[in-house]
Parts: sequence; structure tokens; C-alpha cells
Amino acid sequence: MGDQPENGQKVGDNRPSLKLHVPEPKFRPGDTVDYSHLAVTKPGEQPRPDEACAPVETNPLTVDLVRVLGDDDKAHGPWDPRLSPDQLRAILSDMALVRAFDERMYRGQRQGKTSFYMKCTGEEATSVAAAHALASDDMVFPSYRQQGILIARGYPLTEMINQIYSNRADKLKGRQLPIMYSSREHSFFSISGNLATQLPQATGFAMASAIKGDSQIAATWVGEGSTAEGDFHSALTFAAVYNAPVIFNVINNQWAISSFSGFAGAERTTFAARAVGYGIAGLRVDGNDVLAVYAAQRWAAERARTNNGPTLIEYFTYRAEGHSTSDDPSAYRSAQEREEWPLGDPINRLKKHLIALGEWDEARHEALDAECVDRVKKATKEAEKNGILGHGLHHPFRTMFEDVYEELPWHLKEQAEQAVHEREVKFPGGLPK
Amino acid sequence: MSADLKTETAEAGERRFNMIEAINDALDIMLERDSDTIIMGEDVGYFGGVFRATAGLQEKYGKTRVFDTPISECGIIGVAVGMGAYGLRPIPEIQFADYIYPGLDQLISEAARLRYRSAGEYIAPMTVRSPFGGGIFGGQTHSQSPEAIFSHVAGLKTVIPSTPYDAKGLLISAIEDNDPVIFFEPKRIYNGTFDGYYDKPVQPWKKHKDSVVPEGYYKIPLGKARIVTEGEAMTVLAYGTMVHVAEAVCREKGVDAEVIDLRSIVPVDIETIEASVRKTGRCMIVHEATRTTGFGAELSALVQERCFYHLEAPIERVTGFDTPYPHSLEWAYFPGPVRIGEAIDRLLKE
Ligand SMILES: Cc1ncc(C[n+]2csc(CCOP(=O)(O)OP(=O)(O)O)c2C)c(N)n1
Repeated sequence: MGDQPENGQKVGDNRPSLKLHVPEPKFRPGDTVDYSHLAVTKPGEQPRPDEACAPVETNPLTVDLVRVLGDDDKAHGPWDPRLSPDQLRAILSDMALVRAFDERMYRGQRQGKTSFYMKCTGEEATSVAAAHALASDDMVFPSYRQQGILIARGYPLTEMINQIYSNRADKLKGRQLPIMYSSREHSFFSISGNLATQLPQATGFAMASAIKGDSQIAATWVGEGSTAEGDFHSALTFAAVYNAPVIFNVINNQWAISSFSGFAGAERTTFAARAVGYGIAGLRVDGNDVLAVYAAQRWAAERARTNNGPTLIEYFTYRAEGHSTSDDPSAYRSAQEREEWPLGDPINRLKKHLIALGEWDEARHEALDAECVDRVKKATKEAEKNGILGHGLHHPFRTMFEDVYEELPWHLKEQAEQAVHEREVKFPGGLPK
Repeated sequence: MSADLKTETAEAGERRFNMIEAINDALDIMLERDSDTIIMGEDVGYFGGVFRATAGLQEKYGKTRVFDTPISECGIIGVAVGMGAYGLRPIPEIQFADYIYPGLDQLISEAARLRYRSAGEYIAPMTVRSPFGGGIFGGQTHSQSPEAIFSHVAGLKTVIPSTPYDAKGLLISAIEDNDPVIFFEPKRIYNGTFDGYYDKPVQPWKKHKDSVVPEGYYKIPLGKARIVTEGEAMTVLAYGTMVHVAEAVCREKGVDAEVIDLRSIVPVDIETIEASVRKTGRCMIVHEATRTTGFGAELSALVQERCFYHLEAPIERVTGFDTPYPHSLEWAYFPGPVRIGEAIDRLLKE
């Protein structure tokens, strides 16, 4: 071999020493934020290929940023979905409701009514506008930050809160963590706490629909941090191989708990660009621009519906609040990040757009906010009648053993009896008040 | 040690730690002693881990020794195998034991067998740290006790501390061990002991003798159990959180029980188990994991094979139920004082 050293040296002695690169976010607590490195594109300048185009035609869009709403609060360019004022108001109203809901549930957790909560503040468009762009029966496989889909699909708030409180009316029988909803009726798949597992499942659902010659497509949501999981890559491979009618929505909100997007590979390329290697269509979209989100989701849905295959969409957005109620973002990122975020707030941008169209005003917006707060308050009161976490008003003990299997096997029967018996020993006079 | 992890000094030279602080201290010492040790995992770097176990370590040892990873458990474990093959001693953290499954293939098929298949040419020395167990309203994806899965795999060691003192000494041994070790940390008792009654508060470690953690380096050998209380009436085998629950119930019932904290389930300290059961003639096994083919089944078989003629009553297994962890009924699921108390009564009746 050519690199055999002479005169007793070790192999490699004269080569340069290798260095490990460990990514570091641009700003830490106390740092002044400067977003000038972000290429914020001009709204309306991105081309819109036909839904039936070859995947390679979208390649430039995977490193671009599709935007519609300009600083002038007007819609620009070929991606403008041309929604009616009524449609815009409906989306605005759903987003305002999501925010009011998050606010109240967050407080509920702080008041000890439940164990845990996760807000989606700043990311409302990526679920609400996307849900509006899909058919109501398109099957969705969400992650834990897509409460906006349920709200957009009209799922009753009281049912959501029953689930969050794990009370006796909780349709999931108190088994799931708060916010891990499930609603077959709303074509909303049961949420898992294990990241990225929903991606191959969405692909499988879409493949099944295609095998059966059905018309139902699937869409799934995942955080940018979770794209590092093997499941993401398996899902894309299957979707590409079988041309499955599925949409992969990557919510790039910059942070995965305390780890910035660089730890999922964002320093090298975009998340949308991952589509290129698989040969599927990809789009990178301003996630705080309701019109762009709607248009992209609509484009991908159309493509899936017409057997033109899967699409990967990266929504570029910002997680304005902490990861969950257990998180303190001020410990790892600059407080200025949120204030300076160059893509603004999705609700505010839509509101200003509607006002610019002459279809909305501040007074109506205030009234909408008040109405949302009121609706959430009423739903909360209603749900509280069924109990809050840990106050005894939960499902009967025997239900703990139901649904493990379709039928109760002998050992679970025995264990169910034991559980009921233990409760009688613990609380001889019934449950403590 | 980072400034925000407080040390309460009880007596001169005595440091009292909770389990998180003891783990942080062990990691600090090993990073200091051996430049081949590195820590990696989701959020372990700048932030110091979601439970703060690695707080301050990146600052002290730099970004190439303590760093965040992509959210990819198969990547984390697989990369650790390669690092071990190079000669490093990685200490990967899996944020919750419930999320170790995507890394299972690398652990079970690769790490566990590397030494065997290469006839010792390559080894995979790593200590996979992971919080496990329930009791914190974590729902079904933040509460599981998967230790039995690992006990079934030849080539892995599984260690579970129950006190700050043990956590430090066992972790140091695990890091120095040349085999892959799974180090499960009972998160229910990170901040204090626990008697199993949901309506009784956790006793903070401050007052507990096992929270006295000596300065500097010390080791507790893997595979050596700890006799928590000596007794004649029955043997109690437990580990992790359940050591404290079982011990509290025995104390409250006034049972003269010999409570044994196994500390590691592979290798398991068969000598201590055998000697105790031969002495007491009765054996109760307590774990939080589901019952069917849990590690209790293995313990029960071992005791039966080796102590059958000394047994005066059937072995009792007290475990979690064979269901996933239910969020709202967590306290009905948990193998608490009622379930343990009744098993004690049955054992002593015969
Ligand atoms: C398999 C698995 N590993 C780790 C975790 C712990 N965990 C929960 S959320 C999270 C961060 C996810 O970040 P991202 O995918 O960016 O989504 P975001 O929370 O930002 O919406 C981590 C590491 C988990 N739930 N599942």
C-alpha cells in the first residue's frame, strides 16, 4: 500500500488531524438576534409548476421559499390561492380559536387540572390552513402540535378538553397523555408520543387506499427535529417506490426542545430538499403565510388525488412558546428570537390582509377574540363537570383492562378483579371527596 | 458540577445529593478522569438534558465531549457502537426509556454481539443511560419499564440504581465496564424516596442516609446486590423505585423482612438471593413492569430451581398489570402498598 510509512513512523502521522463539527445555533440567551442570514424571498416571485409536473421540476422550490402575502398585506403571484373573503375569515376564526384554546389549556395545566400541555403558538397556519385545503375526509396522521386540524374540522372543544383532563367523559378513557387525541369520525389518526412513527403509517394508509382503488388520500405532520428518525426515511422510500398518495408536512419551527434545527441537518440543506434524493415533489413554504400554506397543501393534495404521487412540504415557521409545559425556552435561546422573527405572526398577517381587502377591521377582530375566549371558557366549564385529572371523576377501574385485546383473557380478568378490590381496600367508604 | 445543582452539606465533608446530582457528579468525574468518555443524546449539551443530568458538563468539557444529537435513537446507539470500536467510551442518553425501541436493532443485534462475533477483536463499551418507570403522570409513552427485554439479550448488562449513593458508584462501574450496559434511572425517585401512596408526598433525599455521596471516585461493583434491611420472616427482591415502596410497606406492617435491592438484573446476584431465601423460606418479588414474562418470572424460576426445598410458601410476584400505563388511572396501575401488603399476608399465612 502506498501509505506505508518508512523509518518507523505510524500510519497517518503526517496527515492533517481530523476535526468533529458540532452545530451551534446562532443565538443563545442574552445574544442580540440578527436574522439577516435568512433568505426571506419576495412574495409572488416563486413559480408554480403544474400539479402533474415531474418531481424534478419542483427541485428549485425545495431550496426557495414560497410566499404569497407581502409587506403591503396583499396577495402576490401564481401561488395566490384566490380564496374568498368568507374562506379567509373562516381560517382566521379557526386560528384565533386555537390560540385562545392553547392559552386556556396552558393555564389549566398550571392550575393543576391536568399533567401536561403543548401550545402551537406561531404555527397555527401550518395546521389550520392546511386542514382547510384538504377534503374533510382526507386521512390525517398528525403529531402532537396539530390541534388546529381538529378545531378546523369542527371537533367539539369540550371533547378535546375531556381528553386533556382524562376525565370520565374522555373518549380515550383516560389512557392517553393530554393532547394525544384520536377521532376516526374526523379522519384524525390516534397520536403517538413516539416521534415520527406516524409517517410510515400514513404512507401505508395511502398505499392501502390505492390498492383498493379508493379516492382517500393521506397527509402527515412531523417536526423538523423528528425527520432524523429512521421512520422518516423509511416512509419517504416507500412513498416514492409506490407513488403513494400521501403528503409529508415537515413543520420546521427551528427548535426541537432545546436543540436547534442544525441537529437535524439544517446547516447543510433544507428539509424540503430531502425530497430530491427520493425523487418526489418538494416545496419549501413560508409557514406563517396562511395563503402560501393553503396553496401548497392544496397543490400537493391535487397531485396525490390525480395519481401524481407524494409531496414533501417544509413549512418554515417559528415555535414562539416553549416546547411544552415542562420546558423553559429562556434557558437555551435568545428571547429576541421570537420578537424579531422576520416572517411575523400568521394570525396577524392574515388579519392585516383581510383588513387591506376591506373585509375586516380591528373592532371585528376584537369581537372575534372575545368570542373565542368565551367559547373556550364555556367548553372548559362543561368539561370540568366531568372531572379534572386526579380528582376521582375518571373512567371506572375495569376499563383499564379493556382494549388491551379484543377479548379479556383470563390473566387480565384476574388483574381487573385485583384492581377493583384494591380500590375498595384503599377507599372503604367510596372515593374521597 | 454546575452552579444550579445545589449541594446541601449535612456534616463537615458530607455532601448530600439527590439522584440527578449524583449522576451528574459521576459523569463529571469520569469525563475528567478519562478523555475517551463522551456524552451524547437529545438535548444533553448546552441545555444539560431534560432532567438536568448533564447540566454544566458541556461547558466544562467542550462540545466534542458532550454534545446534542439528532433525534434518532438508532443513530445514537449505532454511532456509539462505532465509537466503541474506535476506542472511545460513549455514554449515550435516551431521553425516556420508552424511546429506546428505534435503537433496539443496534443494541440487540450489534452492540450486544460485537465482542462475540469478532472473537474479542472489537468491543462496544457503552453505557446507555435512560430514565424509566412511571408515577409521574407521563402517560403510556413516558412511563414504561422495559428492563426485561434487555435481560433477554445475551451480551448486555442491565443496571438499575435506587439511591443517589448507588447511582454514582454503579454508574462509574458501568462506564468503566467493557460491555454495553443499559443504565435505567428510576425517574420517580430522582428527587426523593417514595412509599407508593399517591397521597403521601415524596421524602426528599435530603434526610436519607443514602443521599450522602462521597466526594470523588468510588465504585459499586455490577452484579452485587444490596441488603436494604436484614430480616428472618421473608425475602423481598426489588429494584429501582420499588425498593422504597416494598421497604415502606414491610416497615408499616411490622414484617421482619429481608429487603434486597438487586441493583443490577444482569448479572444478578444469585448468591445473595439464594442465601437469603434459604434463611427466610419465603420470597416476594416486586417490580413495576408488566407481569407476564417480566423479570420477576426469571427471578421466580431461579429461586424455585435453587431453593425449592427451603420454601415454605409459594413465591409471590407483585407487578404492574398487563396493560399499557393508563394516564388517569396511573395510581391503580402502580404496584402499591395494597398489592404488596396482600402478597405479604399470603406469604406469611402458609
Ligand atoms: C422516539 C422519540 N424520541 C424522543 C422523544 C422525546 N421528544 C419529544 S418531543 C421532542 C422534540 C421534537 O422536536 P420536533 O420534531 O422538531 O417537533 P416540535 O416539538 O418542534 O414540534 C423529543 C426529543 C420522543 N417523544 N420520541
